[in-house]
Amino acid sequence: MSGTFVGMPVFPPPAHPAFPKAAHEAVHNQTLRGNLRHATHTIRGKREKAVAEMSDWAELREAGKQIKDHTLRHLDRYLVQVEESVTAAGGIVHWAADADEANRIVARLVKETGEPEVVKVKSMATQEIGLNEALEAEGIHAYETDLAELIVQLGKDRPSHILVPAIHRNRGEIRDIFAREMSEWGRPAPEGLTDTPAELAEAARLHLREKFLRAKVGISGANFMVAETGTLVVVESEGNGRMCLTLPETLISVVGIEKIVPTWRDLEVFLQTLPRSSTAERMNPYTSMWTGTTDQDGPQTFHLVLLDNGRTDTLADEVGRQALRCIRCSACLNVCPVYERAGGHAYGSVYPGPIGAILSPQLRGTASEIDASLPYASSLCGACYEVCPVAIDIPEVLVHLRERVVEGGPVTREGNKVILKPAKGHAAERAAMRAARWAFASPRALRAGQRLASRTRRFHPRTLPGPGSAWSATRDLPPVPAEPFRDWWQRTQGGKGDKGAAK
Amino acid sequence: MSSRERILGRVRRALADVEQDDMPYEQAVSRDYLRVHGDRGVEQTVELLAENLADYRAIVHRCTTADLAATLAGMLAARGSRTVVVPPGLDPEWLSAAEAELVLDRAESTPYELDRVDSVVTACAVAVAETGTIVLDGSPDQGRRRITLVPDHHICVVRVPEQVVASVPQSLERLDPTRPLTWISGPSATSDIELDRVEGVHGPRTLEVVLVTA
Repeated sequence: MSGTFVGMPVFPPPAHPAFPKAAHEAVHNQTLRGNLRHATHTIRGKREKAVAEMSDWAELREAGKQIKDHTLRHLDRYLVQVEESVTAAGGIVHWAADADEANRIVARLVKETGEPEVVKVKSMATQEIGLNEALEAEGIHAYETDLAELIVQLGKDRPSHILVPAIHRNRGEIRDIFAREMSEWGRPAPEGLTDTPAELAEAARLHLREKFLRAKVGISGANFMVAETGTLVVVESEGNGRMCLTLPETLISVVGIEKIVPTWRDLEVFLQTLPRSSTAERMNPYTSMWTGTTDQDGPQTFHLVLLDNGRTDTLADEVGRQALRCIRCSACLNVCPVYERAGGHAYGSVYPGPIGAILSPQLRGTASEIDASLPYASSLCGACYEVCPVAIDIPEVLVHLRERVVEGGPVTREGNKVILKPAKGHAAERAAMRAARWAFASPRALRAGQRLASRTRRFHPRTLPGPGSAWSATRDLPPVPAEPFRDWWQRTQGGKGDKGAAK
Repeated sequence: MSSRERILGRVRRALADVEQDDMPYEQAVSRDYLRVHGDRGVEQTVELLAENLADYRAIVHRCTTADLAATLAGMLAARGSRTVVVPPGLDPEWLSAAEAELVLDRAESTPYELDRVDSVVTACAVAVAETGTIVLDGSPDQGRRRITLVPDHHICVVRVPEQVVASVPQSLERLDPTRPLTWISGPSATSDIELDRVEGVHGPRTLEVVLVTA
């Protein structure tokens, strides 16, 4: 059995090229662009229909936002409450400040069971911390059981979408990966496998069934944790989640601290908004809810690992903290024109797309090339904000993070306040902004500049020189008027005595 | 310092800039959304449940309590099921006419044994019309979660109208969070290939729902 799963880069990432460079390669890949266009356009229309069925969508969205904001505002209190209620229900709670600590805890817990392998439900948190690689290093095989995760794992590939990690693969590619790789990991793909989705799903069912039936340890994340009851919720489609959550003897759930909702009743909001936003369904096929352990039903040992890994640093940013409201529905990816063209890999993180562009630079900081470039991976069109079921104003956070990259300033890293230096490579931008500030602050200079620009307008180039050419290659430069507005106003007394424009 | 203290300390420092907020939670969230979508009578709500179940490829049957045993026997025979697992508290009347061998779920039975069983018959805790969802809560007539998961064919009996609610908010009011809950909306499915829905992955690939009236 091969042990060479190539997962995601562990936080912080190894050197990943900046977004424009990574995206540049992706946009020239015709297959990738075709696959992404097809998938995102399919889901876009469906989501719109599913949302239109709900006359109170705006109110649900507002309530979701308020629930999350309130929870974040009192996160310390709710964390303690979750710990108490999960413990009272028979669970064991662990706290992990960062990825390393979470991986060490999980590896130790698996080793204590003596099992050499685990089955996994798709979980963003465990991808974020690079759990599979950490377990592999300890000699423990982690099997992904979500269909798309399986495609990624068998293809020694990287996920490129939050909900559908193999969105960049079309059915033909999936068939080839199954036919080629399944035998190395367990039951081979059926003879004569075709590329019809139903057959591919059947192949995955057969391949994974033996792993489910013998599994002794399951690893999951959670979509929600209810503070008052200690209930964890996993929302899924295929039944692989149910398998991992009920058949093993031991269950380990790694959950980000922002996943808390205060009360049982709060689920009525998210169970209505999440399925419609992510798969455009009225309800996803399966949702599992469990509270601690239940005698003779499901795992008899339950561990909850509460994960920080940059979340408290994000919480410290008054503009950026709204990113922690995210429920990982991926609606923002599906509507994003940049994501559709660049694909998920260019974002260099398990969180691609618009939400990734604000989440990764906050969870990991903006020290690396890729993280400093992510706030720019957007046209600021605002479609992501429109569809977000918890109303995260992604464009607002993007602009805020751009400012932080360019200007530097105080940020929180690993719980400590540090002063970020202005990033390199933005010197021209900063100089231009300084010049603008000076000109706008001195009327005389502004007037002289405007007049000069008007008089010389026929000599103006149609494109900008140097680095500005990237901007003007796809945009028209705004035309300079024949006469500055203030001159026109004075000459014509506000248009009353207009005798035509200046010659 | 333990990681617990470290994380809680970071949270408190991160929120140092936020104004004091003593508003009780009940007032912090404006719940202006609807409890129910649309204005339906009991009969229409059951009709909507049937429609939405069918829309996600569950097979819906309707019968009276008197016909239930015959209906279930017919469904099992039509499928060719030879073995059917039953939860310990299932009304014995329900399967009294079935020809299939009944397999009682035992605590020590393994997943492999369940994998060889053809079908499972259970009751449910509540059904949600707007979403076409049935919810199981592990009561004696529904059994352990695994018995409705491993066999490939699940028959779920819903007593109408008393077990049917219109909406998700109404269903949560009826459910007990301390029980293990499974919400089921149609047979197992995936959207992982080109974001298109395909039925039939790991859970039961055939879900049949019997709406039974007194």
